[in-house]
Amino acid sequence: MTTVGSAVRVAGVRKRYGDREVLAGVDLDVTAGTVCALLGPNGAGKTTLVRILATLLRLDGGRAEVAGFDVATQAARVRYRIGVVGQYPAVDEVLSGRQNLEMFGRLCRLTGPQARRRATDLLDTFGLADTGSRPVRAYSGGMRRRLDLAVAMILTPAVLFLDEPTVGLDPRGRNEVWQAVRDLVGAGTTVLLTTQYLDEADQLADQVCVLDAGRVLARGTPEQLKSRLGGDRIDLVVRDAVDLPAAADRLRRIGADAPTVDPDERRISVRITDRGALTEVVRGLDADGVTVADLVLRRPTLDEVFLHLTGHRSEPQEVAA
Amino acid sequence: MTTVVRTPVPGPTGRAAALLADSTTLTRRALAHWRRDPGPLVASLGFNVLFVLMFVYLFGGALQVPGGGSYPDFLMPGMFAMTMLFGVGLTAAAVAADRERGVTDRFRSMPVSPLAPLVGRAVADLLFATVTLGVMLVTALAVGWRATGGTGRVLAALGLVLLLRFALVWVGSWLGLTLTGQTALTGVQTLEFPLGFLSSAFVAPATMPGWLGTVADWNPLSATVGATRQLLGNPGWGGESWAAQHQLLLAVLWPVALTLVFLPLAVHRYRAQER
Repeated sequence: MTTVGSAVRVAGVRKRYGDREVLAGVDLDVTAGTVCALLGPNGAGKTTLVRILATLLRLDGGRAEVAGFDVATQAARVRYRIGVVGQYPAVDEVLSGRQNLEMFGRLCRLTGPQARRRATDLLDTFGLADTGSRPVRAYSGGMRRRLDLAVAMILTPAVLFLDEPTVGLDPRGRNEVWQAVRDLVGAGTTVLLTTQYLDEADQLADQVCVLDAGRVLARGTPEQLKSRLGGDRIDLVVRDAVDLPAAADRLRRIGADAPTVDPDERRISVRITDRGALTEVVRGLDADGVTVADLVLRRPTLDEVFLHLTGHRSEPQEVAA
Repeated sequence: MTTVVRTPVPGPTGRAAALLADSTTLTRRALAHWRRDPGPLVASLGFNVLFVLMFVYLFGGALQVPGGGSYPDFLMPGMFAMTMLFGVGLTAAAVAADRERGVTDRFRSMPVSPLAPLVGRAVADLLFATVTLGVMLVTALAVGWRATGGTGRVLAALGLVLLLRFALVWVGSWLGLTLTGQTALTGVQTLEFPLGFLSSAFVAPATMPGWLGTVADWNPLSATVGATRQLLGNPGWGGESWAAQHQLLLAVLWPVALTLVFLPLAVHRYRAQER
């Protein structure tokens, strides 16, 4: 059943805890060498799916293959070909970064000298060479994540699982992790990541799979998902709040459906089906005597796609790091 | 990132070698912890020594030794076994910390031999138990404890004490993999005291209410304490019950039974970690 070129192949996978069905028959196919983002709110089943693929959890139904091996019957072989990075860094806090890498290297069947060499390489690659001998509990959040990634990369994995890799990181830490992921993909690793941040999926993924309540709602490239909304959006900011009703009325006549109005930001947003509508908007507003502070023609964000598909916002919840 | 590093999947003979190698790696990890962060271990040793001093100098004067011998001679076999019992909390805390930090899951998602994390923990904890016992022996000699049995009998007694610790490693590992939260762990450490005192270590079971005395007689700790008292030539309670009459036998059977029950339970919990 393995499609040539598939690094992850999931067919009809089910998982239930008691009478709560967490995965209700999920299908997924990730092409080798690409990044796939599992996008969905808390409780959508993203982490459960990753834990099944990482051989940490038994599936109740369906089949799953990783790097060509069945996760249920060939778990030992799968473990030689995957790297797993969970929501929180799973490294030894007392040991140094180098000691962590050498220990996990030995546990991956590297010899002592191999493990030491690999530790040096990975500390360099992940920008930890200067802090390699300090205990991990003195590391910043971003440094911990990078060490966690480095541990997952000791045996070059065919498939790397990243479960919400940037939860709780500041923008700088997030950028560090994103850059590290791009480098790994450049070197040929397949990445399956889960996220509730839509911009993260947009930044990293070749393919997005939208998961909600244990089911796949949609899949495709970020661009395809955005065009499923059927067109572009116009964002308009008026200079004076008094002009809002007139401008909204104008956009209602031009747009494909009702515009959304944000009075605090004096912003109106509307979906259009024809890019020529922009000229029409400018002419119309000019005729109405509305002063425009900002006017943008843009593709819809994944946030809007998500709202459209699930009927609710993605609402990432704050999770303590 | 241009270097690709892969290792082969070991065959059946390789698996035993892998278990040995991985257990060694994980034992060395525990040793590295002790070097980097010796605080908890020093505290544990200090507590045990303090416990002995407290009994000898605070309670000792008020207590009657069976047969009229010296109080340290009576006390120390009980103390040796008690310090092994206190190890349950140490094992459980270390195992639980790995589980809660996700390190256990990392092991499970890696090509780590499935028994190695438990074996590595057991070896490390037995090494520390040996150090603890050494410190306890020095303390014992300092407070006037003496053994009258020969060297062979003393070694056999210490072996029985460590055998109890070996069995308790699996109890601690199982607890650490099963219990969630700091409260549960504190509960384990608190329960060590009543479980320890409900034995023949400090008080004669014959002086307890009937059913409680029976429980104390059959406490695995009582068997180890009674057997070590016999082997070391230290005064004990004696007693008429079957358990009191067969302490040497029970001092071997109890740890074996505990291991046979809790080792498989711990392995099962390790494999079936589902959060």
